[in-house]
Amino acid sequence: MSYLEYTVKTVPSGWRKVLYLNWPLIILLTAVACVGFLMLYSVAGGALQPWAEPQMERFGLGLAAMFITAMVPIWLWRNLSALIYLVALALLVAVELFGAVGMGAQRWIDLGFMRLQPSELMKIALVMALAAYYDWLPMKRVSRPIWVIAPLILILAPTFLTLTQPDLGTAILLMTAGGLMMFLAGVHWAYFAVVIAAAGGGIYTVFLSRGTPWQLLKDYQFRRIDTFLDPSTDPLGAGYHITQAKIAMGSGGWTGRGFMQGTQSRLNFLPEKHTDFIFNTLAEEFGFVGGFSLLVLYVLVLLFCIVAALQNRDRYSSLLILGIGLTFFLFFAVNMSMVMGLAPVVGVPLPLVSYGGSAMLVLMIAFGLVQSAHIHRPR
Amino acid sequence: MTRRGLLLGGAQIAFAGVLGLRMRHMQVDQAAEFRLMAEENRINIHLIPPSRGRIFDREGRLIAENEQTYRITMRREDAGDVEDVIGRLSALVDLRPEDVTRALEEMRTSPPFLQVTVADRVSWEAISRVAVNAPALPGVYPEVGLSRFYPQHETFAHVVGYVGPVSERDLARYEDPEPVLRIPRFQIGKVGVEAKFEEQLRGSAGAKRVEVNAVGRVMRELDRREGEAGADLQLTLDSELQDYIKARLGEESASAVVVDLEHGDVLAIASSPSYDPNKFVRGISVGDYGVLRENNHRPLASKTVQDAYPPGSTFKIVTALAALEAGLIRPDETVYCPGHMEIGSRRFHCWKRAGHGHVNLEQSLRDSCDVYYYDLALKVGIDRIAEMGRKLGLGTAPDVPMSAVTAGLMPDRDWKRRERGAEWRIGDTVNASIGQGYVLTSPLQQAIMVARVATGRSVEPRLVRSVGGLQTPSRGGTPLDIDEAHLKLIRKAMFVVSNSRRGTAYRSRIIAEDMRLAGKTGTSQVLNRVVRNQDVPWEERDHALFVNFAPYDAPRIAVSIVVEHGGGGSSTAAPIARDITLQALYKGTPPLEAYPAGDRERIQAQQERLEAERAKRAAETGRRA
Repeated sequence: MSYLEYTVKTVPSGWRKVLYLNWPLIILLTAVACVGFLMLYSVAGGALQPWAEPQMERFGLGLAAMFITAMVPIWLWRNLSALIYLVALALLVAVELFGAVGMGAQRWIDLGFMRLQPSELMKIALVMALAAYYDWLPMKRVSRPIWVIAPLILILAPTFLTLTQPDLGTAILLMTAGGLMMFLAGVHWAYFAVVIAAAGGGIYTVFLSRGTPWQLLKDYQFRRIDTFLDPSTDPLGAGYHITQAKIAMGSGGWTGRGFMQGTQSRLNFLPEKHTDFIFNTLAEEFGFVGGFSLLVLYVLVLLFCIVAALQNRDRYSSLLILGIGLTFFLFFAVNMSMVMGLAPVVGVPLPLVSYGGSAMLVLMIAFGLVQSAHIHRPR
Repeated sequence: MTRRGLLLGGAQIAFAGVLGLRMRHMQVDQAAEFRLMAEENRINIHLIPPSRGRIFDREGRLIAENEQTYRITMRREDAGDVEDVIGRLSALVDLRPEDVTRALEEMRTSPPFLQVTVADRVSWEAISRVAVNAPALPGVYPEVGLSRFYPQHETFAHVVGYVGPVSERDLARYEDPEPVLRIPRFQIGKVGVEAKFEEQLRGSAGAKRVEVNAVGRVMRELDRREGEAGADLQLTLDSELQDYIKARLGEESASAVVVDLEHGDVLAIASSPSYDPNKFVRGISVGDYGVLRENNHRPLASKTVQDAYPPGSTFKIVTALAALEAGLIRPDETVYCPGHMEIGSRRFHCWKRAGHGHVNLEQSLRDSCDVYYYDLALKVGIDRIAEMGRKLGLGTAPDVPMSAVTAGLMPDRDWKRRERGAEWRIGDTVNASIGQGYVLTSPLQQAIMVARVATGRSVEPRLVRSVGGLQTPSRGGTPLDIDEAHLKLIRKAMFVVSNSRRGTAYRSRIIAEDMRLAGKTGTSQVLNRVVRNQDVPWEERDHALFVNFAPYDAPRIAVSIVVEHGGGGSSTAAPIARDITLQALYKGTPPLEAYPAGDRERIQAQQERLEAERAKRAAETGRRA
């Protein structure tokens, strides 16, 4: 691959860095966010309030954060990785102790000017910490048991904390992203084989624990899994959401029912239509064409990340970009699987489209890191 | 790492591909199904009740119509402080406390946008007071509906019946109840013509399709299909005559049927006493219902069709015809009546203990001699009598759209063996020959019997003249297989009953030459005893019966009267029959000249009294059809 071979003498500095930003990626992200604005405008019944306008403001804030993050040299971020991870972990513990309870789950700390969801921050912090760890660790030690246990602890500590909030979606996301980071770093295949086997056993144990005093998941989480496995058992109860979501999606057809013409979302049959199930509104109003276009946008973002990672000869940058791409992928893959009835409803938002501040901000900062790695790549 | 990066990247893109395929599957392959489900979600169909077909009499006078009723409804979300608004409302309209508590409860438990009825059947004045004060009554809405109304009140209660709200029992009757029946307070026919012609009268419901949201609030109306009103019915009944009969029967527990001979049209079919069907439409109170039930004159019973009485001497027409048809007697053949007859070891009495002496056929009917018929009974036998009875319409339920129509009873050997498990005995025939014993007929059957004798045709009663403007076929019938000469003999004998000085109904004759009446009296025993009616309690007195046709020369109508516990047929039933016959023939108050001179003064007084009564009642009920 010849493009990996080319050399540029200097890393850009000062305002020249702006020219070296990965502009196509920024345009793609903006396009995705615009889809979000459009849908939030639609589900509000054709109004900027209460969702579209705040979302735009946050995206603006996110863009600014991305630029600032991008301007900071990547090696500084690498050196801060461990610290950021510890801060995020501390915040997770703090939310466990003092956090506000919202929607039946303890997820955020009220900072006064904004509500901080440490679990969102942790998604990036974990990727950074693992990338820094494997950058520091000599290649030949990567698969040694002692050096495998250390990153496992890095992954499992926040996973456990989010699971107790309880936030199953984030926990799964953290664990999967962490595991795949280890895979990317070159940990031996055998470990993964063992883990997959253990996971199978673990899931079995979780189901076994149902109904016992030490059950590992809350009742509503079990119910969601039940409903996922067979939504028809409870079409008006727990299965209602997923059934209505599928109806919204399917009734879109090829070209959809038209902007702001989706009956499922407009008449409130669709649950959480501005957050987790926003993709169904899109699919209902713009049909397969609309839904598939968004999917293509996401895949393009992903491709730009993979290419940027492969272009980059710095191990930390490369791992970081791939890890962030992976997190991004997990977001939209889990959300879409969930709203199409391929996965249980676990509460993962559609990245950059679902209404939500923390997630948007954190994702934009993450892409700032990608940009920083891109700008400051060794030439 | 490059290798693993590419591998993982490829896996991610492959997964995205799976998502795309799933999307395609749902949105392209299954789109139609999901689209349908979405439509089912959002569209509710609200039924619009059809307006029920009206019922008219033969002259086009209203018997049953739909009146507008008003009710007051409230919507919680518009009312704000519900208690406060109800307080203000009760200052304007009389609200029943139980209605208010029920409405409050309903509003508390149902979604705020649902309309809840606070008061039903409020007067127009109350509704206008509410409308005028609308600004002070947020969330209060006057609503208009339709409800059945019977402008002639009691007059047609037993024929037309009444409607009422659909009950669970009504629904259980249908295999697959029409959705319209699920409309709250929807009215369906409960008894009588209203029930029998339910399908035609009901019409079909309209529907409006509305879009609703997930909690059921109506967002907008999409389209509306108006329902089809039910078919109007025109009955063969004559309101004037029916109303006259009701007044004439007065307080007696009695029934009267008038049948037109040409098409079998039932001109009047009345039971007395009656009740107001409007009370049932509104939901009769336990107290009112109790009064109706306790009354020993049984106002709720439709006596003309659902009660069967021993026909008494009116049945002699059947016995005589059976004997003539069998060729066993000649009209001039006489039987000696010593006042009784020994059959086996039993002695059967004639009503006249002194005996009638030698009587021929005509005299036997004129004098209503029982012994003559005992003699015939022995000759003819029950099976031939029963056959003739059935030919004349006895023993089978007349085909009229009324409730609980009885078949009466026309017994024969088979019947007794089957139902009683006993052999027919000669005494049974003797009893049957004079319309006692097992024989039972309803007043309507009696009228049909006379109609058939008068015409020689198989006249059937026709109660409904047209359905939705479509004429129903004539039921004048086809010639019966009875020798016309024999029928003439019977008709002549009936003429003699009413017009011969010695006839049992001579006192109730008509003297207008072209209106002459031919009839037969009957007195059916309630208890077997030999005492005078005046000396026993009302419940034990004999039933008085009379059947006749008129005019004798060119018969137009047949009449049947039963006065329960009325005493004798000639003294009680015949005068009523004459008045009704004349009223029917003259289509109104008959001239006094039709009556024998000696009766005119009394009849005039009676006519004036009945006119006054009817006028008073018409004024009370507010309308006169």
